[in-house]
Amino acid sequence: MNKTTNIMIVGVGGQGTLLASKTLGKLLLSEGYDVKVSEVHGMSQRGGSVVTYVRFGEKVYSPIIDKGEADYIVSFEKLEAARWLEYLRPDGRIITNLHETDPMPVITGAMEYPKDLVKKMEALGAEIDAIDALELAEEAGSSKAVNLVLMGRLSKYFDISEDAWMKAIEACVPPKFLELNKKAFALGKK
Amino acid sequence: MKELMLGNAAVARGLYEAGCQVVSSYPGTPSTEITEECAKFDEIYCEWAPNEKVAVEVAFGASLAGKRSFAAMKHVGLNVAADPVFTMSYTGVGGGCVIAVADDPAMHSSQNEQDSRHYARASKIPMLEPSDSAESLEFTKLAMELSEKYDTPVLLKMCTRVSHSQSVVETSERVVPEAQPYKKNIQKYVMLPGNAKKRHPVVEQRTLDLIEYAETADINRVEMGDASLGIITSSTSYQYAKEVFGEKASILKLGMAWPMPVQKIKDFASKVDRLVVIEELDPFIEEHCEALGIKVEGKDIFPMIGEFSQNLVAEKLGHQIDAGNKLDEEIPLRPPVMCPGCPHRGLFFTLKRNRCNVLGDIGCYTLGAAAPLNAMDSTLCMGASISGLHGFNKALGEEAEKNSVAVIGDSTFMHSGMTGLANIAYNQSNSTVIILDNSITGMTGHQHNPTTGYTIKGEPAGKIDLEALCRAMGINRVTVVDPYNLKETNEALKEELAAEEPSVIISRRPCVLLKSVKPQPPLNINPTKCVGCKACMNIGCPSISFRKGQCVVDHTTCVGCGVCKQLCAYNAIEEA
Repeated sequence: MNKTTNIMIVGVGGQGTLLASKTLGKLLLSEGYDVKVSEVHGMSQRGGSVVTYVRFGEKVYSPIIDKGEADYIVSFEKLEAARWLEYLRPDGRIITNLHETDPMPVITGAMEYPKDLVKKMEALGAEIDAIDALELAEEAGSSKAVNLVLMGRLSKYFDISEDAWMKAIEACVPPKFLELNKKAFALGKK
Repeated sequence: MKELMLGNAAVARGLYEAGCQVVSSYPGTPSTEITEECAKFDEIYCEWAPNEKVAVEVAFGASLAGKRSFAAMKHVGLNVAADPVFTMSYTGVGGGCVIAVADDPAMHSSQNEQDSRHYARASKIPMLEPSDSAESLEFTKLAMELSEKYDTPVLLKMCTRVSHSQSVVETSERVVPEAQPYKKNIQKYVMLPGNAKKRHPVVEQRTLDLIEYAETADINRVEMGDASLGIITSSTSYQYAKEVFGEKASILKLGMAWPMPVQKIKDFASKVDRLVVIEELDPFIEEHCEALGIKVEGKDIFPMIGEFSQNLVAEKLGHQIDAGNKLDEEIPLRPPVMCPGCPHRGLFFTLKRNRCNVLGDIGCYTLGAAAPLNAMDSTLCMGASISGLHGFNKALGEEAEKNSVAVIGDSTFMHSGMTGLANIAYNQSNSTVIILDNSITGMTGHQHNPTTGYTIKGEPAGKIDLEALCRAMGINRVTVVDPYNLKETNEALKEELAAEEPSVIISRRPCVLLKSVKPQPPLNINPTKCVGCKACMNIGCPSISFRKGQCVVDHTTCVGCGVCKQLCAYNAIEEA
């Protein structure tokens, strides 16, 4: 019944997940969909685990995505993809950055950063598209462009014109950083 | 024009379109962006007030003067503003006056999970409750109209998922109603007992009139579908119910949280086989139904704690849920942390090193309670650090005074710390208060306050001098330290704890996320010198991690604050 498409954007507070969801929201609205985007502001943004929900379709009611509903999880950090895995549909896809950012329990030595996460998630049937988004962002000119690298990769799975993506990016990114971000998008898409 | 808009931005747009002219608020997640978005309209006078009580009183004054006015706050902010709100219920308004309050079920960024709807009932003020951005805009405009029509302030109840979700809205032009000239009216506005006694019956009659309005108002909407299940709901719970049931249930959506209709609910109840109330937090609608003698299911099925979701609604009403796969291992939690280069880190490390009892407050620095610093003993509400420390010291005497401190941010000190400090100066406890002056209101996302010297629009403003203020309040010992300098901070702390009179330490360094703060080049840990002792990791900086027996710095996040460097006995931490 639910023809809504669900994209979760997960990461670490400060990685620029909000710019990604803003760009997606603009894009999908321009494509004529009903869209809802639910964000997290405030305390959890301070280096904590963050999640943004983007939903689009003919008519969207709930602003959030629940367990087993996500068609895509776009993860800015590998561990976060693993954390939110149970939100993925059985036939869903994960697009993840391979870069590791240690959470505080790992920094304090209370726990270890889990090993072989991509393999373990694949073993559970998840389709995973993993890239070193940080490396590509730095190639584009800034480590902060990880969000556009991942958007570029996500764009491969949607039948939306390059032109529409560019318009959405232009509407969300300050002109000063436009070229850099377009380059990051292109590198992610490659 | 159709736009994708944050719920909070939609409230601001509604205020703009309704011709609102004065907005005064104190920031608080999830309400903050309402006021920030208002500030983008040149037509609206907009300000950050020192606290929510002041904000509501400013809105009252503007309304008294005949203009449409507004104040926004988070749920706990309404506790602070409750005093003027309860009596404004009696005075009513001149120009329309709307007060937005944003609840935070699940406590994404709050210290409690209170349900603000109780305030509407307790203060006898109508409350509207939008369920998405389009309604946030529409209900804001309606609230202004109702305020003037029924001569009452109107509460607009938001929550995290409405405030911080973007959905589609349609905007229209701004219409400023003709201003009513100010007219002195002692009986209405001077709440001496004699006048207030005459106003109370007016309030009671108003509630009856509003119940009549609630019976026919479009915002209390019946959507008849399958009659085997009837749902009474509001706010974001409505969206979850629609998501799950669509047309397969009948829904009474209450856009007005208070007062609620009577006949409309009775009629709806009579048309359905099973009646369920879906509402987050307290059984507010449920108890209203019960008082009407209508049998409903509610909190016997649904939790009183946290947020709802479509799965929760489906599951509690007997549907099968297919959650996804889960990894069979524990994923380390990623709690929020102080940012790399956060000026609070050096201070909390120093407090930990000196084994201080720390009475904490509300702000980014509350994260000083987290591992590995664990340097906080209590956090209650805005301002409670200072007053709490005084009580702690009075109870335990010298034993506590020598190693206990209060920590409070610059904005929180302006909000409600000053009165606590007045108490210390007046009733003389030998207390040490630390003001963490990072030159901004941090946690809510960088809002100016009376100590920063700028208005909400970034224009020059009055600037309160913290040192002069503390001295004027009777504190003789006022010291300023740079928390990046661990030695200086440690010495000042020891000296002020030892002093035989009240003191204030101002730990001053701007928030590292401010645009005006230029990051230093990232530091590097020399692998030929690092012995892997992890001393640098005791400060809990997320830029430092331990790999293959040595500490390493993440060059993408390190801002070169140099606090870790002061802890390395092997001089292994170097400028890159």
